[in-house]
Amino acid sequence: MKFAVIVFPGSNCDTDMYHAVKDELGADVEYVWHDETDLSGFDGILLPGGFSYGDYLRTGAIAQFSNVMGEIVKAANAGKPVLGVCNGFQILLETGLLPGAMRRNESLKFICQPEELVVENGATMFTSQYEKGERIIVPVAHGEGNYYCDEETLMLLKENNQIVFTYANNPNGSVENIAGITNKSGNVLGMMPHPERAVDELLGSKDGLKLFQSIVKSWRENYVAAT
Amino acid sequence: MYKVKVYVTLRESVLDPQGKAVMNSLHKMGQSEVEDVRIGKYLELTLQKGDYDLDAKIVAMCSKLLSNPVIEDYRYEVEEVVAQ
Repeated sequence: MKFAVIVFPGSNCDTDMYHAVKDELGADVEYVWHDETDLSGFDGILLPGGFSYGDYLRTGAIAQFSNVMGEIVKAANAGKPVLGVCNGFQILLETGLLPGAMRRNESLKFICQPEELVVENGATMFTSQYEKGERIIVPVAHGEGNYYCDEETLMLLKENNQIVFTYANNPNGSVENIAGITNKSGNVLGMMPHPERAVDELLGSKDGLKLFQSIVKSWRENYVAAT
Repeated sequence: MYKVKVYVTLRESVLDPQGKAVMNSLHKMGQSEVEDVRIGKYLELTLQKGDYDLDAKIVAMCSKLLSNPVIEDYRYEVEEVVAQ
């Protein structure tokens, strides 16, 4: 399985993401510049955190018109796993691959600390290695992670089990303590906490590694076992 | 040429933490009459005249990029200006 780490001007968690996949997960991975127009050689797409385009206008707003975004939409529609972390989540929201939007943290402060997350759905291609209800420690680092959606969208998210991670102690004011959601078909995950920063005990937690292992497991079941 | 002035604000239903912080600060300043503060963005676009539907163009730009309809509202004003 081969991953792409998409690099925008202003991405700054791309190296962490690359390290997590290459060294801790042990899978193939390549950096892909935002100008690329072909992602057909990749099986999984990773949008890292950072401040793409300096967060101009709104977080993630400018990145939605990058050349590579059309390819990411194509990959998402083809059912490939697409993971957006932090700014990557914000980009997925702005692109419309995920519902809702991000507001400034309620406290107006940039929050950078480990958070306890609850795995609300352990049956997605990103969470099959976790148990439903499992509590994991994954760090957050954001100024705009205060997730918002209207009542109707929230109802749909609940109905379809799209809320994958919630905060045990909501740090930013997110609706329903939401930390991560998937699209309806479950192959696009956006989350504010950084699983790529929790892949080794040296980093304080390796609870994030199972997320990447889940993606590989699901891919193997779908593509390797079948052939 | 057209000068288009676009005002983007958080929707009424969306809490504006920045506006709230500014309101609290105004209260501390002694401006106790202030009941609400909403912070927004102001954008000024200059457009060439041409054979196009100006309103449709502005709406497209505002709804796809300049504002995020999930949390923001926008309004705009158009002024005709002489090219310099």
